[in-house]
Amino acid sequence: MSVAEATEPVSTADGRQIGGVLMDMRHITLRFGGVEAIKDISFDIREGEIRAIIGPNGAGKSSMLNVISGFYNPQEGEVWFRGERRPPMKPYQVARQGIARTFQNIALFDGMSVLDNIMTGRLTHMRTGLFRQAVWRGGAQREEMANREVVEKIIDFLEIQRIRKTPVGRLPYGLKKRVELARALAAEPNLLLLDEPMAGMNVEEKEDMSRFILDVNDEFGTTIALIEHDMGVVMDLSDRVVVMDYGRKIGDGTPDEVRANPEVIDAYLGVAHD
Amino acid sequence: MIYREAGDFKTSYVADSQTFPIRMDRRAYWAALAVAFLVIPFVINDYWLNAVFLPFLIYAIAALGLNILTGYCGQVSLGTGGFMAVGAYACYKLMTAFPDINITLHVIAAGAITAGVGVLFGLPSLRIKGFYLAVATLAAQFFLVWLFNRVPWFYNYSASGQISAPERTVLGVPITGAATDAWATYLFCLVFVVASAWIARNLTRGSVGRTWMAIRDMDIAAEIIGVSPLRAKLSAFAVSSFFIGIAGALFFAVYLGAVEVGSAFGIDKSFLVLFMVIIGGLGSILGSFLGAGFMVLLPVFLTNVLRDGLGWPTTLVAHLELVIVGALIIGFLIAEPHGLAALWRTTKEKLRSWPFPY
Repeated sequence: MSVAEATEPVSTADGRQIGGVLMDMRHITLRFGGVEAIKDISFDIREGEIRAIIGPNGAGKSSMLNVISGFYNPQEGEVWFRGERRPPMKPYQVARQGIARTFQNIALFDGMSVLDNIMTGRLTHMRTGLFRQAVWRGGAQREEMANREVVEKIIDFLEIQRIRKTPVGRLPYGLKKRVELARALAAEPNLLLLDEPMAGMNVEEKEDMSRFILDVNDEFGTTIALIEHDMGVVMDLSDRVVVMDYGRKIGDGTPDEVRANPEVIDAYLGVAHD
Repeated sequence: MIYREAGDFKTSYVADSQTFPIRMDRRAYWAALAVAFLVIPFVINDYWLNAVFLPFLIYAIAALGLNILTGYCGQVSLGTGGFMAVGAYACYKLMTAFPDINITLHVIAAGAITAGVGVLFGLPSLRIKGFYLAVATLAAQFFLVWLFNRVPWFYNYSASGQISAPERTVLGVPITGAATDAWATYLFCLVFVVASAWIARNLTRGSVGRTWMAIRDMDIAAEIIGVSPLRAKLSAFAVSSFFIGIAGALFFAVYLGAVEVGSAFGIDKSFLVLFMVIIGGLGSILGSFLGAGFMVLLPVFLTNVLRDGLGWPTTLVAHLELVIVGALIIGFLIAEPHGLAALWRTTKEKLRSWPFPY
């Protein structure tokens, strides 16, 4: 892919404009001992798009997300973010680059309130050191309140005002998922990674979550990469889809292209055998 | 109205995030401070000072320190006694090396030195967790006590191997040494307690405290949202050891006056402070005070009731005390595993909706 092509905005199938390449994964290979979880996969994520990664269980989707967020460093291949090659990084350094994520099985801080959980998402934006924190009045308090305002906007946006001060451990599953999204959003990320945001939800909760994902993308212009098993949701939400199977990429394109791809149908979507 | 939020509207985030959101709590807090500063100094005598107030205040600081490390950051430590010894010996060396400098500064500097030592012994926490870390801090405990026993430089080559605090004054009033007044040492320690509690509260309410709690609750998720585990854990070790060092310095200089490291800062101290934190409530400032109060007051109370009240023999009472305290600890932990602070929290929640709890 030439540089000019990569930075130019393109329009998607449904006429939405998406920007240049934000993240470019080039020939990623990830091994655990003798097992190749990801085999030579390349794909890109463009600014402002909703990019889905789908595939059967064990296809390497979550591993891919873990590579992006810095949990795993691939043995081969390059990760390019905003036009620069990213050196191997720790997860917290990746977070400071503006990449936030949620987890497949909720990873909230159970001992803290909803508000504190979401405020934790603002850590990358908070600068006052230990000594000014110890004094509190002045710098630390000002910073806290400024960040609280941002967090309150997100709380309004996700409609979780009522549970602000509730300890997270007491919340039902669907709300926990929403709080986790709120915590990721609080970081005001450039790239938001969602690992099965709708797993285990009922239809209503799925509708809510879909609405939030679309709104986040629309109102904040956040680029989103998501893993999801519900094909209806994936096809409706995403601009482009990567399909993985056994650590390989077997399809990449708009939902319609992917749906028509025979290899994808074989591996994942299923066919009516006559 | 008693204990209600109703009608007490918060119109700013500052007001909403204050320490005591309910008016009655705020009044109780200021009243407690007023009694502590304005009433107790005038009525205190030597018995109350040495049996109750000094140990309570000093252990409260140590418990605050350990609570930051164990309760807020989730790193178990059995090295509290050793770190208190560092504070004591640092204070002693400073007091004897710089006799003209105010003792207040010595105590603070002793805390800072202990913070440095704490960070050093906190380094293993980057690799190991839970019980294994507890064992590593246990090694710190034994090593530090051994060090202060075996290296004569630390006790200024005194023949007895003990360290004893020379007389030092604050604003002309003696604080350490033989000729001290009860009210003066009480106030000196009280100031340190209030300052420690204030700093601990400020640190735990803001971004630093949230990095600690994030590491405690789920370290993987913490890292993914930008918490550096190295900085979070080591800062917890530093702040925690700072408080424990101050407690050690006060314990030696103000409370005991003369100290032999093995008996004053042995492993039993580490466990005592850990009990305070667990009984009081992990991850709670109030819990540190409640735990320290419980562990200090209960033996005194039992002695008074059993020996002086019922007239039982002293030796029997001394042994019974251990049994009763132990049994009560177990009883409390079964009734409320999250400590006295959680008990208090539940009571408050019930009180808020009383008399219509639905």
